[in-house]
Amino acid sequence: MISHYLFIVIGAVLVNNVVLVKILGLCPFMGVSKKLETAFGMGAATTFVLTVATGASYIIDHYLLMPFGLEYLRTLSFIVTIAAIVQLTEMVIQKTSPVLHQVLGIYLPLITTNCAVLGVPLLNVANHYDFVESLLFGMGSAVGFSLVLVLFAGIRERIEGADVPVHFRGVAIAMVTAGLMSLAFMGFSGLDKYQ
Amino acid sequence: MEFSTSPYLLKDTSVRRVMTQVLLALVPGIVAYALLIGPGILAQIAIATLTALAAEAAMLRLRDKPLALFLGDGSAVVTAWLVAITFPPVAPWWLTVVGVLFAIVVAKHLYGGLGQNPFNPAMIAFAVCIVSFPALMSQWPGPGSHLAPAQQLDWIFGLAPRLDGMTSATPLDALKTALRADEGHSGPLPFLAGNAQAVIALCYLAGGLFLVWRKIITWHIPTAFLGAMGLLAGLLWLWQPAGFANPVFHLLGGGAMLGAFFIATDPVSGATTPRGKLIFAAGVGLLAYIIRVFGGYPDGIAFAVLIMNICVPLIDMYTQPKVFGMKDQ
Repeated sequence: MISHYLFIVIGAVLVNNVVLVKILGLCPFMGVSKKLETAFGMGAATTFVLTVATGASYIIDHYLLMPFGLEYLRTLSFIVTIAAIVQLTEMVIQKTSPVLHQVLGIYLPLITTNCAVLGVPLLNVANHYDFVESLLFGMGSAVGFSLVLVLFAGIRERIEGADVPVHFRGVAIAMVTAGLMSLAFMGFSGLDKYQ
Repeated sequence: MEFSTSPYLLKDTSVRRVMTQVLLALVPGIVAYALLIGPGILAQIAIATLTALAAEAAMLRLRDKPLALFLGDGSAVVTAWLVAITFPPVAPWWLTVVGVLFAIVVAKHLYGGLGQNPFNPAMIAFAVCIVSFPALMSQWPGPGSHLAPAQQLDWIFGLAPRLDGMTSATPLDALKTALRADEGHSGPLPFLAGNAQAVIALCYLAGGLFLVWRKIITWHIPTAFLGAMGLLAGLLWLWQPAGFANPVFHLLGGGAMLGAFFIATDPVSGATTPRGKLIFAAGVGLLAYIIRVFGGYPDGIAFAVLIMNICVPLIDMYTQPKVFGMKDQ
């Protein structure tokens, strides 16, 4: 049982990394990775929201949508749930911890439009995960997202100083780098299938 | 009396000199390879070198860089040789060309050329080809199969049909399949084409020690790489001798020796601080073992190097040595 949970987490963090393998959440991956600091902030905020969002969407899916046969409203209700959680988190943080709000403040609204945050709860449904599995998968995906975001920011800071051909400067070389990182992460494939 | 200003370097420390010595250190391994497994490797090296020089020249021209200076520094040739050595010796010629082109054009020159690439070009070539052409990249001369020299060349240039019976998976791959089928392993462990692979690995080890002696590379990366891989392999082997191969097999099999001395030591894409080098290389060794034993690919060196390349900026940042005289922040 524990190894089953472990494989879910390893699978979500490395093998099926939400950014590099599932290619979700590319907007924040490209947008907030220019500096390490912002990458750290975005990673922390996303990890929190995504974990809570997977739990909340599981509850909504199983106790609200399924009993009434409203599965076709899934995407819509998940988006509303995520937006509500983000807003609620922002308000709570603002009241309770102004310091944390200053660190995460500008990233929180951005998370609403992060397609990975919607994608992971939908993947949970597709994979028929139960509540604990959903939470672990959500947390693992979020950690995987933060991990590659921070690593990518490190590489981008280094590329800033490189003599990249004019036509490839900026987003173009960042896309190439993301592709090569994705190639490297393909090396993890099969690790979650080992028995 | 004549005076000159600093620097007072007596040694010629040009890129060209470093690259020449790396090529020199690769020679024993290549000679052993050609004698024990066949001359296919020599054809591959020729193809790869020509492609690399042509691609390098084309890119330098496009970017208006001095052609002679960069072509002569030998860095493209080192990349080409590493690609040729890591590819199967009977791979078709176009596979090597695709790999080398990707290494030189995308992995090296899109990032600004020599000294600026975040990923190891030769390992990018390997990863691209094994992901895109998995079947061709896993056809190695089988144990005991003696592919005649002419036949190897025919295969490379597509003059004769490729026969499945003459090639097999690498020993690492075969072992993995056997262990997963719960057969366990007994008796001597298989090496590529008999014991040729172990001999070649020892030749690479000798070449690598030559590089350490010439101070082209430091001891950190090979030691941490082989130490970490050997330690993990040893622990698992002691725990379940029937389920895991012994550490000697892992250190001499696959690309471990080549990776530890020639690939992970790339000064551009690897970590640069002494502590960073230890962390980087130990990471490569552990990941390589995990991927080759538990993962889906025959060997893990290429992917392990690339994954650790991704971590290099952070490793370097957190392992910066203290400036002498400065206090801790």
